[in-house]
Amino acid sequence: MTLIEMTGISKYFPPEITALENVDFEAEPGEIHCLLGENGAGKTTLMNILYGIYKADTGTILFDGAEVEINSPRDAINLKIGMVHQHFRLVKRHTVAENIALGLKCINSLFPLPEVRTLIKQVSERYGLSVDPDAYIWELSVGEQQRVEIIKVLCRDIKVLILDEPTSILTPQETETLFKALQLMKQEGIAIIFITHKLDEVMTFSDKVTVLRKGRKVDTVDTGSVDKRGLAKLMVGRDVLFRVEKSEACPVELVLEIEELHALNDSGLRALNGLSLSLCGGEILGVAGVSGNGQRELVEIITGLRKKTGGEVKIGGTDVSGYKPGKIAEIGVAHIPEDRIHKGSVPDMRVQDNLMLRDYKQYSKGFLLGSDAMRSQSTEMVKEYNIDTPSLDTPIKLLSGGNIQKVILARELHGSPSLIIASHPTYGLDVGATEQIRTTLLGQRDKGAGVLLISEDLDEILDLSDRVVVIYEGRIMGEVTPETDVSEIGLLMSGGSL
Amino acid sequence: MRIKVEPRADPTWKLTLAVTVFSALIALPIIAVIFWGFQVNPIEAYSVIFEGAFGDWYGFSETLTKAIPLMLCAIGLSVAFQTGFYNIGAEGQLLMGAIFSTYVALQWGELPSIIIIPLMLVAGFIGGGLWGLIPTYLRVRFETNEVITTLMMNYIASKTLEFLVYGPWKGADEWGFPYTSKFNVNTWIPTWGFTRIHTPTLVFAVLSGIALFFVLTRTKIGFETRIVGKNPEAARYLGISYQRIFMIVMLISGGLAGIAGFGEVAGIQHRLRPGISPGYGFTAIIVAWLGRLHPISTMLVAVLFGGLLVGGEMLQIRLGLPAATIQLFNGVFLLTILSGEYLLRNKIIIEREARQ
Repeated sequence: MTLIEMTGISKYFPPEITALENVDFEAEPGEIHCLLGENGAGKTTLMNILYGIYKADTGTILFDGAEVEINSPRDAINLKIGMVHQHFRLVKRHTVAENIALGLKCINSLFPLPEVRTLIKQVSERYGLSVDPDAYIWELSVGEQQRVEIIKVLCRDIKVLILDEPTSILTPQETETLFKALQLMKQEGIAIIFITHKLDEVMTFSDKVTVLRKGRKVDTVDTGSVDKRGLAKLMVGRDVLFRVEKSEACPVELVLEIEELHALNDSGLRALNGLSLSLCGGEILGVAGVSGNGQRELVEIITGLRKKTGGEVKIGGTDVSGYKPGKIAEIGVAHIPEDRIHKGSVPDMRVQDNLMLRDYKQYSKGFLLGSDAMRSQSTEMVKEYNIDTPSLDTPIKLLSGGNIQKVILARELHGSPSLIIASHPTYGLDVGATEQIRTTLLGQRDKGAGVLLISEDLDEILDLSDRVVVIYEGRIMGEVTPETDVSEIGLLMSGGSL
Repeated sequence: MRIKVEPRADPTWKLTLAVTVFSALIALPIIAVIFWGFQVNPIEAYSVIFEGAFGDWYGFSETLTKAIPLMLCAIGLSVAFQTGFYNIGAEGQLLMGAIFSTYVALQWGELPSIIIIPLMLVAGFIGGGLWGLIPTYLRVRFETNEVITTLMMNYIASKTLEFLVYGPWKGADEWGFPYTSKFNVNTWIPTWGFTRIHTPTLVFAVLSGIALFFVLTRTKIGFETRIVGKNPEAARYLGISYQRIFMIVMLISGGLAGIAGFGEVAGIQHRLRPGISPGYGFTAIIVAWLGRLHPISTMLVAVLFGGLLVGGEMLQIRLGLPAATIQLFNGVFLLTILSGEYLLRNKIIIEREARQ
């Protein structure tokens, strides 16, 4: 029996964006249904309509056979639909239990915490998702925060669970845990809708897959009846490369040397404990590791955003202690930040402004901004990086994630940086954009830049890197080649040694 | 028929204008209820306000006179608010500017006008600017909440003014009133004809509004200011120091309010005394929001609110309504304008019953 039946759904964002055009979608209880598509294909929009965040311009939704109006997330929650968003909606200064208590109806509203703690314990034991109810959200890694989001939804009694790209920030082990939990939910008869662009995931555990492309439904198929290559073709409408072509690296002089680096995290706890690494121009060094093991602090120290408590960082042979972020950028360090919306861009500003966030000084005369020069440079960047935008004056928040990331890349890589720090550069991006961004990074490497690639996506690290180091509790556990077996790397990532 | 609400992508300027005007109009029937409460015909009341403020040349000249301090405070506030610094302290900054200008006037008042008036203007700017910088420093250094500190600084400024005019600066020939002595005539800002419009201050206000608009949109520092206001986290990542931007913006915001204070003592009162401002610095907050934090539209709104102040006086004189009536106006306007924000951020869709 069909639990959810969405028919003829269309959604337009005036003036020029068509997010969805006449899309049908069905989900059944006890089924894992993947929603596959590139960024900007409309997957999230479709699910936001089901969850009541947007209202479809046309189309109907049947729930359990009856037509329903879902005008707000509250309506969706009343229908027992739960959603875990890609960008978390947690109150950072509150604890896990407090966050979960928000919006829970079935509990004592005056002093909910003891009850919520019990509830969290029950849910986390039942599905094997462990979390400390009294930890503050800001203390948690992204992976842990996601677990909180999932538990928050599970604490309500739900029939439908929507997950928006849940695995893009998880380690293989964490992904495994999540999949196990999802299998349990499936057995309990929950309908699971899983937004993703990772073909491997679709293949390994889904029952059905619906492919969207540019706001239109391409097909819904049983997972058993297709293969990876076939799905990829449906998704992008052409054959795609699975491995980027990579030539031999030819490392030149050292661009980054880190010796015995020590630092604290935001909570004042030790995050880096004597980390050392070195990177040459012309090579890509991958830093693999579970999130929350010091990666963020490492990046922030190199880019001048955080103070170290000990050790040495040299860029191009110069000690950069005390350099401000602007100065670091000036000496040729590009930084592709992990959070492209909150850090890497100014969502309300135009595409052109976002392209010029670094170079505006260089294009200015005295106090004045060089408008013409900035305009023509931006036009070139849009062309060179194949950025899909209605115009240079469109606010960047209206672009898809992939195009926002291309804007960031165009901006950061302009002017041939000698050192590129890339954090999760393809997190949440579709195959097409991912391919372009990887090719760009390799191109920079071939031009002689040193690339420090920090990612939790092990495949990405192994595909791109010339050397791989594994970070664990603020230290480098060891260095391996990209050909090393994944299980050995997994061992290092969990603190073991080879 | 059903009514649906959903988020809107990005309001166009036409929509923004329409919603702003509509929100302002909505305030009128609400205030009408209060007039009824005083057994005054609201239509008569509104026509008294309009005629008083814009009906004849005298009324309009008074409107412009009162628009000057509103304009100066509000354009500074619009920039501060855009940067994400919630300066509620324009009133205190105005008073401090008046105090600094007064000091210069009392010390060197006999210098020729061409020297002493610019000196007083600079002193006003410095007084207001410094008063704005104190809470800014507390914010960037200790993360104090600027809404609280700027608000409190208003009271300190107002008590300082009272201390001075009741104490050390009290004029000898003022019959015991808490006034300073009348300033030397050299310090008086020239006015236009027989009106009280101190033209140089008005011109200065308009030029600084235009200049700030230009700075925000066309200069490096303006670009950085917009980045800090729209995404402080990105500013940090880019190495733009929000501390520096806040200090600069608040020096200007406070400084302009200080110049408003200079205008009041040198252009209108020709002495320092309590009550030189009927809350210009607070009304300017509403003016800035109603002007959508745009320096140019803010100036036009300042003229409207100048008119409202003059019209309010007319209500007192002609209809015997309490002086606070006009404060009610301000309050209701702020409420309806802020409610209008909801319409800008969300779309309201009215739908026929879905077909079965």
